[in-house]
Amino acid sequence: MAPSLTSAPQSRSFVYALVGNPNCGKSTLFNALTGLKQKVGNYPGVTVEKKIGTVYSQHGTAMSVIDLPGSYSLASRSPDEAVTRDVLLGRRPDTPAPDRILCVVDATSLERSLYLVHQILDLGRPMILIVNMMDLTFQNGLQIDIELLKQTLGIPVIATEATKGKGLIELKLAMSRLDLPLSKHAWSIPQEISSAVAQLQASLTADSQKLYLTARAEALLLLTDQAPVHVEGSKAIHPRTAEILSSWQKRWEQEGVDWAAVLIQSRYDAISKLSAKVINESETGPSLTDRIDYVVTHPVWGWLVLGISMVLIFLSIFSLAEYPMNWIDSHVTLLGNWVKGSLNPGDLRDLITDGAIAGVGSVLVFLPQILILFFFIGLLESTGYMARAAFIMDRLMNRVGLNGRSFIPMLSSYACAIPGIMSTRTIEDEKDRLITILVAPLMSCSARLPVYLLMMAALVPSDRVPLFTKATLMVLMYTLGTAGAFGFAWLFKKTLLKGSQPKMIMELPPYHLPHLKQILFQMIERAWIFLRNAGSVILTISIVLWFLSAFPKAHDGASAQEQLSQSFAGRTGHLLEPIIKPIGFDWRIGIGLISSFAAREVFVSSTAVVFSVNNNTTHAQTTPLRLALRDAHWPDGRMLFTPLVCLCLMIYYVFAMQCMSTVAVVRRETNSWKWPLFQIAYMTGTAWIITFLVYQVGTLFGF
Amino acid sequence: MAQEIKLSELAIGATAVVRAYPKAGTEFIRLREMGVLPGTSITLIRTAPLGDPLEIKVRGYRLTLRKSEAEFVLVETT
Repeated sequence: MAPSLTSAPQSRSFVYALVGNPNCGKSTLFNALTGLKQKVGNYPGVTVEKKIGTVYSQHGTAMSVIDLPGSYSLASRSPDEAVTRDVLLGRRPDTPAPDRILCVVDATSLERSLYLVHQILDLGRPMILIVNMMDLTFQNGLQIDIELLKQTLGIPVIATEATKGKGLIELKLAMSRLDLPLSKHAWSIPQEISSAVAQLQASLTADSQKLYLTARAEALLLLTDQAPVHVEGSKAIHPRTAEILSSWQKRWEQEGVDWAAVLIQSRYDAISKLSAKVINESETGPSLTDRIDYVVTHPVWGWLVLGISMVLIFLSIFSLAEYPMNWIDSHVTLLGNWVKGSLNPGDLRDLITDGAIAGVGSVLVFLPQILILFFFIGLLESTGYMARAAFIMDRLMNRVGLNGRSFIPMLSSYACAIPGIMSTRTIEDEKDRLITILVAPLMSCSARLPVYLLMMAALVPSDRVPLFTKATLMVLMYTLGTAGAFGFAWLFKKTLLKGSQPKMIMELPPYHLPHLKQILFQMIERAWIFLRNAGSVILTISIVLWFLSAFPKAHDGASAQEQLSQSFAGRTGHLLEPIIKPIGFDWRIGIGLISSFAAREVFVSSTAVVFSVNNNTTHAQTTPLRLALRDAHWPDGRMLFTPLVCLCLMIYYVFAMQCMSTVAVVRRETNSWKWPLFQIAYMTGTAWIITFLVYQVGTLFGF
Repeated sequence: MAQEIKLSELAIGATAVVRAYPKAGTEFIRLREMGVLPGTSITLIRTAPLGDPLEIKVRGYRLTLRKSEAEFVLVETT
């Protein structure tokens, strides 16, 4: 059945949907087409990124391009793919229905890519096929006859090399055409399923007012879209359609017809014929990818490569991030002091300096780490190594019920949970992704280091912590956090988020040289998303925390310590004491816990304020905090920071959720307050229980 | 002589033709959609360093799947 419709020339601007498999260079192409003229947000109700950009036609008319998430098929397996499906089928009221489609395929895996093309051609909408990565065909011994592909499909086919900008002019010219020919997409629906398709199509046309071809495409899709992922904000199918579908499925089951298989097979039959015509494959030796993979996934060298690259990434994060972090820290302090000096003293001034500026500072200080981590994540993704890391680690991750894709997000969380959580979007399975988000903050991040170091300093009598003690304790803390993360992942998988065995059907894309511009683009985009979305939440929490420590006001001329101890925060510290006394903490530590909810490292500065009061000397500010802590006592004269308590505090910080930036990011990534609140509860609850056990047992043994 | 075995039992480096999915129906739609269909020729390239998952070459590209998934794919060696 060949559609006889032609797309009517219109003067209005076109809306293009950009679709393609993952790893086909679609994002690079989107950025090359639209440049910085793009809007990034979320589809309402789902955590799938919505990107719309503008590109100008050769006549100067603006055309919009919707960059849809990468998909292998319209029968969705993940929320990302579900959004692609729903936008194309016009199931989402929040997105303009695209009137034209740009479909990108990777030239090196053309045959498989044609499956999605085949599904999309069903829609009967004007389409341009973009065969990307043409430069890689030669070394793979492939020859693709673009002209023949164009003739056979009857639509414009453009060969591109998006990373080099090749083919873009031709593409824009094609996009500017007022009339695009419709495809000669003629394939006969297999007999076993054709009556069902006709009935479903009739129901979709009658009950959901779908256009003829869209209805047919959707009818076909319903047959392979088993257990479809339903996403918030998309219209569900009409009950009558669903009824027809289920009655057919029952009948097929009785007759032993594997309807989905029949449909997929018939598509691939058509595709194989087409591929045989247009692809000319000549025998080549092992490709570059084969040779790299031989080393990178080797039973011995593979681990070495993985280990070395991870160590290098972490070394560069810790060594490179330090300078900009210190710079930001000192400049925020400078700015705060400058504002303090130039405004009249008062609550408004303090709100600006201690609330707003300090709050913004505590957000900005994460930026260097986030940027650097996203650079490396981008590098791993862009070269193709990310999939290999997932391949190697899958077996281990499988032990706790996750799959290999959770590895990089969890590993990144050793530096900072924020980019770790933001990079979980590559995990297809929704439950796996949620579990990874929930446990990622247990991986000991770099913000815990200042707390660990302070406690280690307070632990030993001398000024220098012996290297052995330091190393042992550090290893202990990192082990605890990691074990906790995996333990909870296992637990959540068994109980709360029980799901099917996650599959590991994953493409290992060919290796590419990293496309630096694209990586930088993504880095900046991520950072901006973090600042914009998390920023407002963080600013609010900082202001609340400032209010709690600034009010009510102590008498005039009170010291910072006096003010803090009788503020709401101080009073809460007192209120907390019955709860935290069983784990060895007094109300002053309680203040530290409350204030460091902003970020863990704040514990150090707030304890400095709280404990310098006990020194009763004018040198309070210069007395090393370590000595101040060793001087702190309970009212009955017992030492407060015994080695056991120092250890307990460290353990508490391993588990407790003490980071508002993470809370804000989790809220954004899960699209609700439910999960971040649950996360605070379970992490902090665990922290209390474990610290309680350690403290009580330790006390019992006389430590 | 042609012999039907499970994909999970295929030797590394061996090429075989997919014959059937014994557990018919909805389970392995995605694997089929990725081009692993009865009649398709595949090559088992390697297993991951820990023995699982498997890497196969199919229709000119590389695909991974777990052994537990490969058990449900029957292939014919030649």
